[in-house]
Amino acid sequence: MIKLQIPISEEDIRSLKVGDEVLLSGTIVTARDEAHKLMVDEKPEFIREYLKESVIYHCGPVVKQNESGEWSFVSAGPTTSAREEPYQSTVVCEYNVRGVIGKGGMGAKTLEGLKKCGAVYFHAIGGAGTLIANSVKKVKKVFKLEEFGSPEAFWVIEVEDFPVVVTMDSHEGSLHKEVLEKSKKIMEELL
Amino acid sequence: MDLKDSILELIRRASTDLSEDVVKSLSEAYENEDEGTPARGVFKTILENVKMAKEQSTPICQDTGSLLFYIDFPEGESEKKYSEAIEGAAIEATKKQYLRPNAVDPVTSKNSGNNIGVNAPYIHFHQWDKDEVRIRVMLKGGGSENVGTQYKLPFPPLKAGRDLAGVRKVVIDAVVNAQGLGCAPGTLGIGIGGDRITSYALSKVQFFRKIGERSADPEIAKLEKDLNETLNKLQIGPMGFGGKTTVLDVFISSQARHPATFFVAISYMCWAFRRKTMVLKNGEVIYD
Repeated sequence: MIKLQIPISEEDIRSLKVGDEVLLSGTIVTARDEAHKLMVDEKPEFIREYLKESVIYHCGPVVKQNESGEWSFVSAGPTTSAREEPYQSTVVCEYNVRGVIGKGGMGAKTLEGLKKCGAVYFHAIGGAGTLIANSVKKVKKVFKLEEFGSPEAFWVIEVEDFPVVVTMDSHEGSLHKEVLEKSKKIMEELL
Repeated sequence: MDLKDSILELIRRASTDLSEDVVKSLSEAYENEDEGTPARGVFKTILENVKMAKEQSTPICQDTGSLLFYIDFPEGESEKKYSEAIEGAAIEATKKQYLRPNAVDPVTSKNSGNNIGVNAPYIHFHQWDKDEVRIRVMLKGGGSENVGTQYKLPFPPLKAGRDLAGVRKVVIDAVVNAQGLGCAPGTLGIGIGGDRITSYALSKVQFFRKIGERSADPEIAKLEKDLNETLNKLQIGPMGFGGKTTVLDVFISSQARHPATFFVAISYMCWAFRRKTMVLKNGEVIYD
């Protein structure tokens, strides 16, 4: 198990390989469909400082606000990353992002972006909403909550020992590509 | 307990407490994967999460899905009574964080914030002859819904004809296309026959069957068993990490088709297979 503290250097991220199990700690940002579209279309500045050498989390959490107005995460597993495929490599390179957490993996364009700009894809366990929410220690800020709604907002959160597996690295390695090719081959025999 | 509160409790159970048959199936899958593999690690995390969610009474998965209700009620009852109680319960469940707000207007992209929208929650009403009311709810996640699909046979790319052998081929194709994206291991609901709508409707309602429950039709039961074994040879595994468990079960049902059509609808349920039932009889509420 590798422990990584955010911000992460390019050297550290490039040392990761497919199959590495990692515990992430530090400040990360949730972003999904609306947020990615915005980051590509308008390149907003408000999120830049939080993304630099940090990690984007594809997640639409269940959140709770207490009486004094503070937010917390109740359930917060990853959402399907494939929907961000058209945007991801642009966002990673534009904002100097070192990692993307999600589920299901991403495609060729993202893999190329990870190599070019020095980043990896971390796979979290889909559906493990309560478990992952327990590793979210603090909600630091939220952007676009009113406009996008809570699942789509940018949540800036502090995580401790967030468990992930590297399934796409910065050297063109992709577990998703491997499993897909293998299962297609097996399928031919089964049909 | 009034109707709204008892439905609220039904939603809470569906979101936070995975049914026993599913937990058992996931535990068996964990035991079945080899020590030290990512697949085994996934099942370990899944089982820990399921336990934590139950203890904390928080959603197993943050995608608490679309709310799909199925109500069977005796003659003379009002549908309105139930739809109002369901709306009230959904609003309350969202406030209590049993549900994430998941109703978005596709025209404005606005999230209503309380799970209420046109056809949300969706309620299937059915009148029956019993003197009791049965309310079933399914929380259907978006990721798994996105990998659901419908084929019309014949399907030339796979040489899938208009028979059960053809059905088998397109189901394998659908699972290969889904990979880990629907939060594998999935459970499949398959509707054969009917029209575009009813084939999907039939596929979805299969999810109220218990894991391991085979069709009463021997031909269909045989296909269910065959597909269960075959799909688990694909090595897609939990989360698409590779491994021995790609599906937990396969439920199939058939209905009459038009002579010219042969639809196969495949609904994919994520491993967080959330559905619960309650029965109202003589003023009492019984949960499954």
